[in-house]
Amino acid sequence: MQEAMIKRAKELLADGTVNRVMGWKRGEFSYDITPAVFETAEELDAEFVCDDLTQANVSKYLIKESRKEGKILALLKPCDTYSFNQLVKEHRIIRENVYVIGIPGGPKIDIEKIKAKEISGILSVKNEDYTLKIETIYGTETMPYYEAISGKCENCKSKKHVVFDELIGEDGDVLESNRFEMVEKLENMTAQERYDFWRDQLSKCIRCNACRNVCPACTCENCVFDNPKSGIDNKAAADSFEENMFHIIRAFHVAGRCTDCGECSRVCPQNIPLHLLNRKFIKDINSLYGEYQAGADTTSRAPLNDYSTDDCEPSIVHERGVE
Amino acid sequence: MQVNENFEPVIVAFCCNWCSYAGADLSGTNRLNYPSNVKIIRVPCSCRVNPMFILRAFQKGADGVILCGCHPGDCHYTSGNYFTRRRITLLYSMLDFLGIERNRTRLEWVSAAEGAKFAAVMNQFVEDVKKLGPNRRLEDLRCRKQ
Ligand code: SF4
Ligand code: SF4
Ligand code: SF4
Ligand code: FES
Repeated sequence: MQEAMIKRAKELLADGTVNRVMGWKRGEFSYDITPAVFETAEELDAEFVCDDLTQANVSKYLIKESRKEGKILALLKPCDTYSFNQLVKEHRIIRENVYVIGIPGGPKIDIEKIKAKEISGILSVKNEDYTLKIETIYGTETMPYYEAISGKCENCKSKKHVVFDELIGEDGDVLESNRFEMVEKLENMTAQERYDFWRDQLSKCIRCNACRNVCPACTCENCVFDNPKSGIDNKAAADSFEENMFHIIRAFHVAGRCTDCGECSRVCPQNIPLHLLNRKFIKDINSLYGEYQAGADTTSRAPLNDYSTDDCEPSIVHERGVE
Repeated sequence: MQVNENFEPVIVAFCCNWCSYAGADLSGTNRLNYPSNVKIIRVPCSCRVNPMFILRAFQKGADGVILCGCHPGDCHYTSGNYFTRRRITLLYSMLDFLGIERNRTRLEWVSAAEGAKFAAVMNQFVEDVKKLGPNRRLEDLRCRKQ
């Protein structure tokens, strides 16, 4: 696949369709795959990577990139196309300036899951027939592919590309996933248990802001959490209130716009299950205001920009589920 | 939980200027009693209240927060309270999801003519929050009095 992508990218560069390619390259460690922009065939040959470890959703980068001179090629996995579409809908990405190639999705491998098996000094990871062969400075280790599957791929919602100019590989379908399982589990706990669960989780937050910075829905030029008058700008929380506030407000700001791409949970260095907050909103929206998938189209009204005269009252929260 | 008989909760009530605030006024001019625990903050429309306001109220010492607006269909700005209704439903649901006691938050539609309803709603809400005791789950320790 990687070869096919490089080949096609080079053709599009050569015939002038695009003048840049948004892809990935290796970072400081060979398994640290990071988004990168390529301008020449030579650069592509030398550095372009798209392998089992390539998880990053590049759509957010296209906000800036689509405002530059000329067209850019973007390679998007199915989940990334939802983020891309949502950003087009919000007039953040200029669609005409991006040439989209849909590429196959995961399941991708999360290096953290390999490290969690106490495998360290990793040099490279190879997938050999769904067994991972991991070269380390101490020798070779193996582990089954499925044990290292990225959290964001575990509950994949769709293999369908919702936007593309052409495809490499095949298009799939929207999947039936059980992504709300954990949300339901929490809903069925008592308030005290839920409170304790979230205190455990949110108190780990170091306010690195990685979740916000990576999120394709968090694209404000001036974020509330950068406002020096907010009292909570760019600093570790001094009180549990600040932890709650950051997470409630951030999740609320992306409610109805979050595509459930999973990037926030993926990048959190503290492994906080942030996706549960977003999925709670998605689940509520689906059940109270009708099924809605952010990014699935570019024309529908977002649920929070809309209303119906017979919407339920907030007291519904008090009436259902466990206190 | 042990109920402290002497506990007097602090209640913040966001009231929209055109209906609920006028309703509160009417309740006053009619000499109807509503508890002095209720601190009213006047907003131009219920949809002016962003989720941060509600959290801030809890941070600064509120034990309960209630939002009042015109009845659906009667908003001075035509549709403001319809947006409020969706937003606040989702916000309250999220607070509940985080384990914050659900009776600490409320939304009521109170028209300018409903002075009696305003008093009744506030009396009931103060009672409900009293039962819960002080807000501990969404407080900022640095703001705690005494
Ligand atoms: S990425 Fe994790 S630790 Fe960093 S601010 Fe977000 S939740 Fe907190
Ligand atoms: S909140 Fe998380 S899952 Fe939702 S769009 Fe942002 S990064 Fe993706
Ligand atoms: S947290 Fe809110 S204000 Fe900040 S970038 Fe995200 S959506 Fe914008
Ligand atoms: S003016 Fe009262 S709710 Fe909008």
